[in-house]
Amino acid sequence: MENLNVYAAKLAPQQESLAPGHRACQGCAELLAARLVAKTLGKDYIIANATGCLEIVTSSYPHTAWEVPWIHVAFENAAAVASGVEAGIKILKKKGKYPVDRKITIVAQAGDGGTVDIGLQALSGALERGHDMIYICYDNEAYMNTGIQRSSATPYGATTTTSPAGKASPLGQHTMKKNVVEIAAAHNIPYVATASPSYPFDLMQKVRKAADMPGPAYIHCFVPCPTGWRMAPNLAVSIGRIAVESKVFPLYEIENGEYKMTVTHKHHRPVIDYLKPQGRFRHLSEGNIAEIQQQVDKSYDRLLKKVKMSQIELD
Amino acid sequence: MAKRVGIEVSLAISEAVKLANVDAIAAYPITPQTHIVEHLSELVADGELDAAFIPVESEHSAMSVCAGTSAAGARTYTATSSQGLALMNEILFIIPALRLPVVMTIANRALSGPISIWNDHSDIMSVRDTGWIAIFAENGQEAFDLTLMSFKIAEDHRVLLPISVNLDGFTLSHVIEPHEFLDQAEVDKFLPEYKPVVQLNPDAPVSMGTVGIPEIFSEAKKCQDEVLKGSEAVIKEVFAEFGEMFGRDYKVVETYRAEGAETLLMTMGSVSETAMEAIDQMCDKDNRKVGLIRLRLWRPFPAEALRAAMGGIKTLAVIDRAVSFGGTAGPVAGEVRSALYSTDQAPYVASFIAGLGGRDITIDDFIAVVDQAEKMAAEKEIHQYKMIGVRE
Repeated sequence: MENLNVYAAKLAPQQESLAPGHRACQGCAELLAARLVAKTLGKDYIIANATGCLEIVTSSYPHTAWEVPWIHVAFENAAAVASGVEAGIKILKKKGKYPVDRKITIVAQAGDGGTVDIGLQALSGALERGHDMIYICYDNEAYMNTGIQRSSATPYGATTTTSPAGKASPLGQHTMKKNVVEIAAAHNIPYVATASPSYPFDLMQKVRKAADMPGPAYIHCFVPCPTGWRMAPNLAVSIGRIAVESKVFPLYEIENGEYKMTVTHKHHRPVIDYLKPQGRFRHLSEGNIAEIQQQVDKSYDRLLKKVKMSQIELD
Repeated sequence: MAKRVGIEVSLAISEAVKLANVDAIAAYPITPQTHIVEHLSELVADGELDAAFIPVESEHSAMSVCAGTSAAGARTYTATSSQGLALMNEILFIIPALRLPVVMTIANRALSGPISIWNDHSDIMSVRDTGWIAIFAENGQEAFDLTLMSFKIAEDHRVLLPISVNLDGFTLSHVIEPHEFLDQAEVDKFLPEYKPVVQLNPDAPVSMGTVGIPEIFSEAKKCQDEVLKGSEAVIKEVFAEFGEMFGRDYKVVETYRAEGAETLLMTMGSVSETAMEAIDQMCDKDNRKVGLIRLRLWRPFPAEALRAAMGGIKTLAVIDRAVSFGGTAGPVAGEVRSALYSTDQAPYVASFIAGLGGRDITIDDFIAVVDQAEKMAAEKEIHQYKMIGVRE
């Protein structure tokens, strides 16, 4: 696990705790990301999973793909359940009643709907209370499990089954993606990061950091969904890379309030490279794309300012 | 042995929870339950109770945190009322399906609207089918004793189900009553440490709350139902053990002056004490053959004990403190009719709804109910339910 900046797959942990044989769609980047998290954390972690694709495809009784303790209660409460597991184990350890002495990482994991919409309150509560846990949002930008309905994480201009582009409303989703990374950071928690399975070592390093740091951590993981994004399954990893290269989904971390880019590029691709391969953006006009380019530039610049401010503060 | 303490019933419940040495408490403030968790947070802050007190941001999260702590293997407690219980509703169904022995006090309060902070049973009746064991306390001592017994019942490996101890909000939760407290050593002897069958533990990983495909869903529900029904035997066992150790006897169905009665009043909760006064007046002053039956256990429904208590009565007047809007009876009366319908010599069951949203039920009300029920029985009046004490 050391020195993961060096891009060498053989340095990745061999351990697996998410078994193959689950029922995810071809090219599902959420499962890819969950596997990388599992590889990083090994066997000494416990998952509280929200209802959603990840839960459905890995836990159809009598089968389970999880080789670590795993609990699913409902849709909107993964953060609350994880906080209970954390508090429960902590007090049992203190009272000498828990069978394991080692450090155990508690992970809540949910999709974007379960995080940025219905789960936002439980997430905020758990972050505010300061539980020692990692919350991972696997953001595929819509309610994929129920059939590609829009969430507040769906980007501007994307069509979904409940934000379709039509004659009267040619844009599709006409609201801006909610920035839950900033909302998490506003809780003054020790660690917040964005991540992508298209950058596996960056992702794993962030998960490791989040696990090692006491207190709550929030990781917002960008997981392309070929089914919902209307694109070929073999594009899942490359589209994730293009999202970063085009500034659509920058990879950064906020450690104790200090912003830092973790993956940078000298030259950025235009957003059209990102939008073009995806059927959900097929209807966009040149004007729409130019508008999206402006939005992306603006929010990236705003992020860079925060990074620079942090550097000044650190210097 | 026991010491007698004059204390608010809410605080007595907190003391019982402390004596049970709970590991985790998750709670959100709601009237009239608040005194219970306030006192628990004090006990934790003062170091008198070694427990995690998790002050959550909603009741939905309170019950979700309870799922987490209980799944981790911690003895878990929470308390709520009314809207809080309603907000928990979704998770209430999942707790028994996960076989998590959470103990919850419900200080019963009317559900909105109009908003009311006062007592009736609409909150607990609305969660009847969630699969929890539900017990009713009539006075402070019962609330204290039943709280202690609840942990033992819920955590019994033949049960492993959550349990709610219901007490009337304000009219019971906020009154000061004498309680016989128990010593820690006595409690420890009665209530051993919670030993989970499965817990979230990396050395023995399990998946909890997996997807129930159609091929197994009915089977899962059947198992759950069998366990809930089977818990009645364990409840009786624990009541008996408690009685033997501490001298206070509990039954799933209690009767008062029912011997030789022709009419029985049926109640749940703290109004039973007023009802007893009414029974005494009717029996002693007016020489009437009237008795009282009260349900302590609501779920699982003690149908057999109910049938056995009917004796040769002609009329049963059931008081409900909740409305099943547009239904065939009050929620309790409906159950009772159903349980007695196919029995020989089933009494006439009159269904009355009274005491909603804090309205008092007086001795005179109970006497009027008995009068009316006997008249209805004599005339074989076909009715669904009648609301009494309504100003028109």
